[in-house]
Amino acid sequence: MRYSAFKVIWNGLGGNRGWKPVWRNPQPRSRYDVIIIGGGGHGLATAYYLAKKYGVTNVAVLERGYLGGGNVGRNTTVVRANYMLDGNSQFYSHSLKLWETLAQELNYNVMLSQRGCLMLAHSDGQMDAMARRGNMIHMQGDDAELWEAATVRRHLPYLDFDNARFPIRGGLMQWRAGTARHDAVAWGFARGADRLGVDLIQNCAVTGFHIRNGRVLGVETTRGTIAADKVGMTVAGRSSEVGQMAGLRLPIESHVLQAFVTEGLKPLIDTVVSFGMGHFYISQSDKGGLVYGGDLDGYNSYAQRGNLPMVEHVAEAGMALMPMLGKARMLRSWGGIMDMTMDGSPIIDKTPIEGLYFNGGWCYGGFKAVPGSGDVFAHLIATGRSHEVAEKYRIDRFQTGDLIDEEGTGATPNLH
Amino acid sequence: MSRLATGGQIDRTQRIPFTFQGQTYLGYRGDTLASALLAQDVRLVARSFKYHRPRGILTAGSEEPNALVTIGTGDQLTPNCRATTQEIYHGLVARAQNCFPGLRFDLMALNDLLAPFFGAGFYYKTFMWPRPFWRRVYEPLIRRSAGLGALSGVADDGRYDKGFAHCDLLVIGAGPAGLMAAQVAARAGLDVILADEDFLVGGRLNSETHEIDAMPASRWAVKTRAALAQMENVRVMRRTTVTGVYDGGTYGALERVSEHLPSGSHDAPLQIFWRIVARRAILASGATERPIAFAGNDRPGIMMAGALRSYVNRFAVAPGRRISVFTNNDDGHRTAYDLAAAGLQIAAVIDTRPEARALGDYPLISGAQVVGTRGRLGLRAITIRTAGGLQEIASDCLGVSGGWNPAVHLSCHLNARPVWRDDIAAFVPAEAAVPGLIAAGAAAGEMSTAGALKSGAHAAATVLKALGKRPVQLTLPRAEDAPMALEPFWHVGGGRGRAWLDFQNDVTVKDVELAYRENFRSVEHMKRYTTLGMATDQGKTANMGALAIMAEMTGKSIPETGTTTFRPPYTPVPLGALGAHGRGKGFAPERLTPSHALLGEMGAPMLEVGLWYRPGWVPHANERHWRQSCDREALMVRASVGVSDVTTLGKIDVQGRDAGRFLDRVYCNTISNLPVGRVRYGLMLREDGMVMDDGTVARLGARHFVLTTTTGGADMVLAHLEFCQQVLWPDLDVAIVSVTEQWAQFAIAGPKSRALVNGLLRRKLGVGAFPFMACGTVRIGPTTARLFRISYSGEHAYEIAVPARYGEALARLLLARARTLGGGWYGMEALNVLRLEKGYVTHAEIDGRVTADDLGMGRMMAAGKDYIGKAMSTRPALCAPDREQLVGLKPAGALKRLHGGAHLFNPGQTPTRENDQGHITSQCFSPHLGHPIALALLRGGRARIGQNILMVDHLRQVETLCEICPPAFLDPKGERLRD
Amino acid sequence: MRINCPLCGARDSREFHYRGSAKLIDRPLPEQGRAAMFDYVYIRDNPAGVTRELWHHRNGCRAWLVVARDTTSHKILSVELAADRGRVRS
Repeated sequence: MRYSAFKVIWNGLGGNRGWKPVWRNPQPRSRYDVIIIGGGGHGLATAYYLAKKYGVTNVAVLERGYLGGGNVGRNTTVVRANYMLDGNSQFYSHSLKLWETLAQELNYNVMLSQRGCLMLAHSDGQMDAMARRGNMIHMQGDDAELWEAATVRRHLPYLDFDNARFPIRGGLMQWRAGTARHDAVAWGFARGADRLGVDLIQNCAVTGFHIRNGRVLGVETTRGTIAADKVGMTVAGRSSEVGQMAGLRLPIESHVLQAFVTEGLKPLIDTVVSFGMGHFYISQSDKGGLVYGGDLDGYNSYAQRGNLPMVEHVAEAGMALMPMLGKARMLRSWGGIMDMTMDGSPIIDKTPIEGLYFNGGWCYGGFKAVPGSGDVFAHLIATGRSHEVAEKYRIDRFQTGDLIDEEGTGATPNLH
Repeated sequence: MSRLATGGQIDRTQRIPFTFQGQTYLGYRGDTLASALLAQDVRLVARSFKYHRPRGILTAGSEEPNALVTIGTGDQLTPNCRATTQEIYHGLVARAQNCFPGLRFDLMALNDLLAPFFGAGFYYKTFMWPRPFWRRVYEPLIRRSAGLGALSGVADDGRYDKGFAHCDLLVIGAGPAGLMAAQVAARAGLDVILADEDFLVGGRLNSETHEIDAMPASRWAVKTRAALAQMENVRVMRRTTVTGVYDGGTYGALERVSEHLPSGSHDAPLQIFWRIVARRAILASGATERPIAFAGNDRPGIMMAGALRSYVNRFAVAPGRRISVFTNNDDGHRTAYDLAAAGLQIAAVIDTRPEARALGDYPLISGAQVVGTRGRLGLRAITIRTAGGLQEIASDCLGVSGGWNPAVHLSCHLNARPVWRDDIAAFVPAEAAVPGLIAAGAAAGEMSTAGALKSGAHAAATVLKALGKRPVQLTLPRAEDAPMALEPFWHVGGGRGRAWLDFQNDVTVKDVELAYRENFRSVEHMKRYTTLGMATDQGKTANMGALAIMAEMTGKSIPETGTTTFRPPYTPVPLGALGAHGRGKGFAPERLTPSHALLGEMGAPMLEVGLWYRPGWVPHANERHWRQSCDREALMVRASVGVSDVTTLGKIDVQGRDAGRFLDRVYCNTISNLPVGRVRYGLMLREDGMVMDDGTVARLGARHFVLTTTTGGADMVLAHLEFCQQVLWPDLDVAIVSVTEQWAQFAIAGPKSRALVNGLLRRKLGVGAFPFMACGTVRIGPTTARLFRISYSGEHAYEIAVPARYGEALARLLLARARTLGGGWYGMEALNVLRLEKGYVTHAEIDGRVTADDLGMGRMMAAGKDYIGKAMSTRPALCAPDREQLVGLKPAGALKRLHGGAHLFNPGQTPTRENDQGHITSQCFSPHLGHPIALALLRGGRARIGQNILMVDHLRQVETLCEICPPAFLDPKGERLRD
Repeated sequence: MRINCPLCGARDSREFHYRGSAKLIDRPLPEQGRAAMFDYVYIRDNPAGVTRELWHHRNGCRAWLVVARDTTSHKILSVELAADRGRVRS
């Protein structure tokens, strides 16, 4: 069923009884051309592009819980392409371009809200770093503006300019950045993939791999054995666990990142703002909640929840940056498991096991990557070659030293 | 006026004026805003989020989804306040929100007419064509209707605080179970914190007409509280909501200290956010009544049946003239009984159970359902369906009871799922859901007063046993012990109208049906698709009904269907409290150098460098621009002498028999062969082969070294050295301590620096006597000082360190002496110019991605020893010849502008990512050379010295042709250093 | 989270800084070659369950600690001084 305003009105007049299931609930078959493990944003997007661009439709997405139940459903929804290093720059640029037409592509409104993302700088050194980043963004063909403090003040007069512990010296603005409705992205890709014939199989956990002579033959699941020519892993957060079943040893730690939303408020913050000195960023959703977050809690965790020190630190940073937030109330806090790699950048590559492909290590950049990641991973699985915008995301870069370390903090995942 | 003549826990001697919607009303001390408004017959208080439906007061507690108002004015304007928990105070100003132009007539109620098209998730299916319209038309429209209340938009000057508290036992909730538990535990000697969100202790006891030990239950609560207050080991925290459970027995709690007081009448903080660390906890958080969904169940006047008892019994307010009750359980009958006893007219009790029996003398209609309601701005009549057909009953108030849900929330904050109990048709906390926490009372499903008292006492006894305390014998008070008798009933089917589940977000049964139809059948999908339970109340009254309906449709049981996740906080917490002390300078500690006051006197602008403040420059009276000061200071150092405070550099004292061996392992160059009395430049790598930090190593004795680090790297390096010492090589005899704060240190740089230093010393330094990179101990005035012949400016220079208490005096002395020599103080800007002219690196270059070789220091990496980072620095990509290497740049064409962060390209190539050759790390104007200079990281840069490269700054649209040169622009052989 | 520092007693986790797997105790010797060092620096077991890890009591006594902790429940099973662990090894 194609969605449109007409359909909304027509069905509304009919008591909304005419709507059809957005996806089927198929029984898993015994064999597929491709199995994608993980029904989150990346897995669903991969399946969609495999079917759409490469005509590979005999595909199953295996999800141990419900579709979109991982990080795609528990993030702060920021979409941007403002990276500094070669490797990340072209990939996120590609992803942002896909975002811009995604609603039309999927016929599902993912509510991309390109209201800009401002990263603040608090010293001359940080301004230089912003300039370096901003130039890279331009060199990649994306948009960025370097703002002096006065420009920041004109656009965001409610920031604390006069009493701040770390005064605002300027910032880097990307107008095409913004936010999107996170669940809708998962659902839109799921619906799109399902319509192209992909089997989305929920409540189906992978418990092992069938590997013979260095080649993957299929997977063992809680719903039986499923054979496949190719298997793609998109289980960021749990890459180590699933990888271990296939004997992969990964340069990844799982960390908890908390996020927060306030009660609904009338619009007052129009762009995404990130406060470099305080590890705090905030945006306001179309529903009115202020969505904000900060740094990792800092310790390895699979618990999808965090602790008070970061809850408080983030709020303190919020008050430091925007003292008008005092009366906004935190309504809900949650945690996601971040697949933190040792250089802070993702991995999209073949593995040493033939037919097994790896997509993970998204750190906290996974949401904005969803369409790009799905597109390039589908390319890799379908053609056996890395997509040109993802060829730096090699799994062996830690051995060779071709690292993509945006933060420059080295092999300490909790500092990325 | 609907105030009952007698009764209630209000103080009728204290009349309190407040305003709502600009009109002034009077209430009593002890009223909430909700009870005070109901007492004035104000029933319409709010509009719903999506359809802007007229809404009244649904509950009498923090679970309220409807009656949200904006309170206060100016910077203390506070949106989304629950009228049901807000105490009134003299001068309270409350306003309705989310309505335009007014509460009674709201234009946005147009949405309600369009409801058929605004079902769950409709926005995912439309607003996509034409594409630009989303951004320009549709989204702005959607956004305009976002949110309920509005923030003031100005800085919140309210005071907030935070606290830590520790106890043996935290009792959450001061109803019968909590009071009993606190009493038993306290008598046995435990340190007890009893926290309750209400301003009265007693919980439901205040809303009931029960008796405990033959006295009114509310009196028993007062008596018990008084007894607890007498005990030193008990802290009763009223107005304190335990909001979250965290690891290790840590609980977050919000105390509303003065939100019930007029501003200006006190100097207490508004709120305190507590971190309570408890060895054990008892969850006695009670239960929340749940509605039954039926058509038109959202009108003002339709309330929870238990809330009606609260308003009548606790607040002495008649919530209506002709009151009906719709129930599926015996508890609903208590409402009818109590209200009738208070002299109110009961129109009917409609019980879904065919066998239901009346508790008292009121009309009972068994086996019936409410199927519709009338009354636009307030309930006028209900329609019921009995075996005999439909019947309308005039009624201006309807109490609804679908049973009670134990408040399991906190027990689920550490990921546990609650378990279903058929007998009460509700979820209760799982055993051991939170380590050290036991649920008691209604929170554990014990719905009678006697049961709650008993389970509270029992929980406390369990805690005592676990903590090795002997319980004191207490006889349980006598109280009612009625069983929970209900027949699950969630929604009235077959009706035509909309039946609300989530009142605030306007989610109806039809929306859940639509979610089912579209295969959003997992509870999480249903929640996310319909937005049920995502409003400010987090679905406290809504979730169960929706789960039950989804369970019905999928043919699964409720426990099979499962719940959504309960997450902190239990009720919303203001960022002001969570972020207390984060505003302004409170956000981070301020570290001040010994010369801070002196520089303040000289009017130096201070810059933030990490946590430190350092002077940018020291302006002279005639200077208008920072560059003038900076240029003068830099030239001054090159011509005579300058003094600067370098206390902020990390100073680490390393001592021990193996100190030299240890330092050989942590620096890539060799340190152990450094003679006593000498200083060496040292470079530390990370284990991944990248440069971590640089600094100097001074050997003060055979077993005694002092290291310096960069200002920004001090903490990291110290932690790293401690890691190396404690974790990697604990067998080495070495001790490490930071002495950054203990020593004040000053740089004295310039050709006249020796003259200045000699002016301080009794034994003068002769030429050649204290050569470059010498160090030693000297006497300056009353103290022993450390003298280092090191330079960060390229000039003949010294650093003097004295114990911190002498720092300010020495700073003043050095400045005075420098002035007599034609010199003075220099700040960070000049310091940066001096180091750039010399090609010295900072963290602008050491950005965590460079190797020693990238910086031109590859030869420092000692071959004959192992050290941190050695193995990984041999990886191919770290040794590639086309890596970006440190070079100097100077303008080669007419345009002289160099920009930090600009990228570099071969002239003639398009300036795109593919052609990127590197970037400028730092730049300045060199007054000495008379043109700008820069340091850059450039692909294969060292081999390209002498060639030209094009600097392109896309952001500021500048292109400058540059000549590549060695990083040292000045005195490359270092003769000035060594003279 | 609270960590029972052997020197200071139980303290809030905000006093501590997390470093990572306790495998970092066993730094390979040069003769073990680059592969061993690569594994040491980059590869992590990252278990969902009990793990041994290093914490630094940075805002306290500055001891490095070896903590056994369950990454699914955050339950802490044991805390020892890293220096003691290291001495046992050497």
